[in-house]
Amino acid sequence: MKSFTYERPESVEAAVAAIRGHPQARFVAGGTNLLDLMKHEIEAPTHLVDVNRLGLDQVEETSDGGLRIGALVRNSDLAADARVRSRYGVLARALLAGASGQLRNRATTAGNLLQRTRCYYFYDPAKPCNKREPGSGCSALAGFNRIHAVVGQSDHCIATHPSDMAVAMRVLDATVEVVSAEGERSIPIADFHRLPGDRPEIDTTLEAGELITHVALPPPPPGQQVYRKVRDRASYAFALVSVAAVLDEAEGRVRGGRVAMGGLAHKPWRSEKAEAAMADAKPGQAAQAAADVLLAGARGHGANGFKIPLARQTLASVIAGCEG
Amino acid sequence: MRLQVNGEAKVLELDVRTSLLDALREHLGLTGSKKGCDHGQCGACTVLMDGRRVNSCLTLAVMAEGSEITTIEGLGEPERLHPMQAAFLHHDGFQCGYCTPGQICSAVGMLEELAGGMPSHVTPDLEREPELSDAEVRERMSGNICRCAAYPNILAAIKDVGGAA
Repeated sequence: MKSFTYERPESVEAAVAAIRGHPQARFVAGGTNLLDLMKHEIEAPTHLVDVNRLGLDQVEETSDGGLRIGALVRNSDLAADARVRSRYGVLARALLAGASGQLRNRATTAGNLLQRTRCYYFYDPAKPCNKREPGSGCSALAGFNRIHAVVGQSDHCIATHPSDMAVAMRVLDATVEVVSAEGERSIPIADFHRLPGDRPEIDTTLEAGELITHVALPPPPPGQQVYRKVRDRASYAFALVSVAAVLDEAEGRVRGGRVAMGGLAHKPWRSEKAEAAMADAKPGQAAQAAADVLLAGARGHGANGFKIPLARQTLASVIAGCEG
Repeated sequence: MRLQVNGEAKVLELDVRTSLLDALREHLGLTGSKKGCDHGQCGACTVLMDGRRVNSCLTLAVMAEGSEITTIEGLGEPERLHPMQAAFLHHDGFQCGYCTPGQICSAVGMLEELAGGMPSHVTPDLEREPELSDAEVRERMSGNICRCAAYPNILAAIKDVGGAA
């Protein structure tokens, strides 16, 4: 691990001031991904700002009937929150499907959104990777790419975003609240993660010096909430394909709903056009119509082509399983 | 930096890069916590931080200042074993023993989580209290790998302490 200086501010203002003007500084909270990357020297911050003493560890009710989740709420605590369990089951289920008990006890809401891809080549400094070293090339394109993206990818990068939680946040239309020395702003989750394009080294639209303070959830949309994760092991493995859904079904028809998918792209994959195509259809037809839109232009790279039919089948299974 | 470990205050002068695991093992001589993968994947380094199980390899020692750390040495001693330690012996919940301290610390933290009503991936209904079933224990212990595959006896030991028939 490269050496760094360390500080532990006790207020949001002090944390934001600590990182201002330090492009090589990083915030650390749970550390479950950042410290791992620092051990591999893939991340090598010169200054580490420990945000664990900022508070920001509460889940509050909002006046519109939603929830405002502090950036430092641990994944295990968020999944166990009674309000999340009763009103945002898709979020509780997504959190519980990720990582291990030990990791969920440390990992935070904001940190989960900011975790980096688990692409093998991103983790291997001996191999070219445009995300780790811009311009060096993408080893996954013609390499071991079973876990890689089939939609939204570019010739520069076919990495996926590994988070389960972010897929649920996307289907719930969460908002990411950030603060910097310049002030506060809110970023819709749809715009928070980005596609790789020709700048795969940039995962999100968060700007230098910005600190996530909260993630806000609007009131839960009507319908049954489901998170289905397909993976190589029954526990403690990343998704090959996942589906977060909120489905309003009655009398054998899908009245409306939302679907976001994980494991397929550089960001949680959702299309409002796909959801419009599901409306007032029988479950089988709705799943096919939604998959046609979500997977339009999907392509594999050798070892990951199986994800395209797997995504279709998982989506169909979730929609069929929600018949009310 | 000051660390509170097994009920004792320790003052240490460490490189800021030192993980909590290395601080415990290399600087405090508490070698019960094991270094398996050193990347948060195997669970051999599991300790309790303010009563909650964490991977000590993925925490900097300096980040643990102000927290109460409990290692396998703090849970019990040969003459007065913690019930989980006794149950692992009784049920033969190990073979080589390398993962065992992490398994035991994790199991102690896990039973607290279960008793507190925290759900897991296999909990059938998120709004009901989870039960101490085989499936719940297996899912909740998936962050602790045992290369000898002593899982059946680890499961028996944990269920014994948890009070399942």
